[in-house]
Amino acid sequence: MRERDGGALQRLRRNQSLQRLLGLVMGVAFGVFLQLGGVTRYDVIIGQLLLYDFTVVKVMLSAVAVGMVGVYLLIHLGLASLSIKPGSIGTTVLGGIIFGCGFAVLGYCPGTVAGAVGSGALDALFGGVVGILIGAAIFAELYPRLDASVLQRGKIPDTTIPELFGVHPRAVIVPMVILIVAILSGIEYLGL
Amino acid sequence: MDWTPYLAGLGIGILSWFTFLLSGRPLGCSTAYARTSGMIERAIRGDAVLEKSYYRKFVPQIDWEWMLVLGIVIGAFITAIMQGEFALIWVPSTFEAAFGSSSLLRLAVALVGGVLMGLGARWAGGCTSGHGISGTLQLAIASWIAVVVFFVSGIIVAFLLYGVIAP
Repeated sequence: MRERDGGALQRLRRNQSLQRLLGLVMGVAFGVFLQLGGVTRYDVIIGQLLLYDFTVVKVMLSAVAVGMVGVYLLIHLGLASLSIKPGSIGTTVLGGIIFGCGFAVLGYCPGTVAGAVGSGALDALFGGVVGILIGAAIFAELYPRLDASVLQRGKIPDTTIPELFGVHPRAVIVPMVILIVAILSGIEYLGL
Repeated sequence: MDWTPYLAGLGIGILSWFTFLLSGRPLGCSTAYARTSGMIERAIRGDAVLEKSYYRKFVPQIDWEWMLVLGIVIGAFITAIMQGEFALIWVPSTFEAAFGSSSLLRLAVALVGGVLMGLGARWAGGCTSGHGISGTLQLAIASWIAVVVFFVSGIIVAFLLYGVIAP
């Protein structure tokens, strides 16, 4: 769906210095929510990966359900457009496996590690952030060789579930939201 | 029942409406680290770094997402202070219970984990926010695959660490 040519919105999005300010403001809000939700804590993230504390799943799934409805509504109104990341088995699955190892060993992810730094976690700052920067630099170094080999293997269609099945987004969003509510109810029922 | 995680999720969901509307982009964090690495490399090795193909794709500069990650630190700091939960800690309690109270051990483990995370996040083209929240809420196929792989791999390694390796 094409975005409406809202001149004011387009100008706002192109204004680099204003966008940096907006990024900061939105980041502060993100940090407040991550900290309130408890997901900036190592103990909570490890508790999720060891399957005895489902806080991370609760935060993520409720964010996805709320975000999905609003973002698709904005798209429907012509006020936003999709921004889909391309993927392949070589990137998404291989990279995802490495990411998962880092997730469990570090106990934070790139967003929550920043929140953990704000809440005073020194392991997040001197281990996590420093390590992530080194890891990102290693990837930049390896990128030309990886791109010529594994990254292109097994292309995943860079599209959405409704587009893949040729259905209206609503036909996926409604069942998805119901499913998320059911999963979260189940988690609460089990007291996890 | 504790509603706090849901309120946090509600807040992040609504925040994502505004990132799409006002900034024309989804929430994401890991690209900011790649740009920072580029800035550090450039400071050390000079402008030749900008010729690397990866840094041509992700130019080492301060952009919206970089400021977003900085904002997370500030937002979490303010909230932690207000909650009375701000504390300078080297070893989280769950780690300490399994592996002891050595700050050096925790630092080494966190560093190894961080390197894997930075490598994996850039390899997979996104992290728990970029794929896990923003990609999934757009119903992107690659992102749903990514988030499942992140968690399955994370769960297996966490059980190995805490179930097998922990003394």
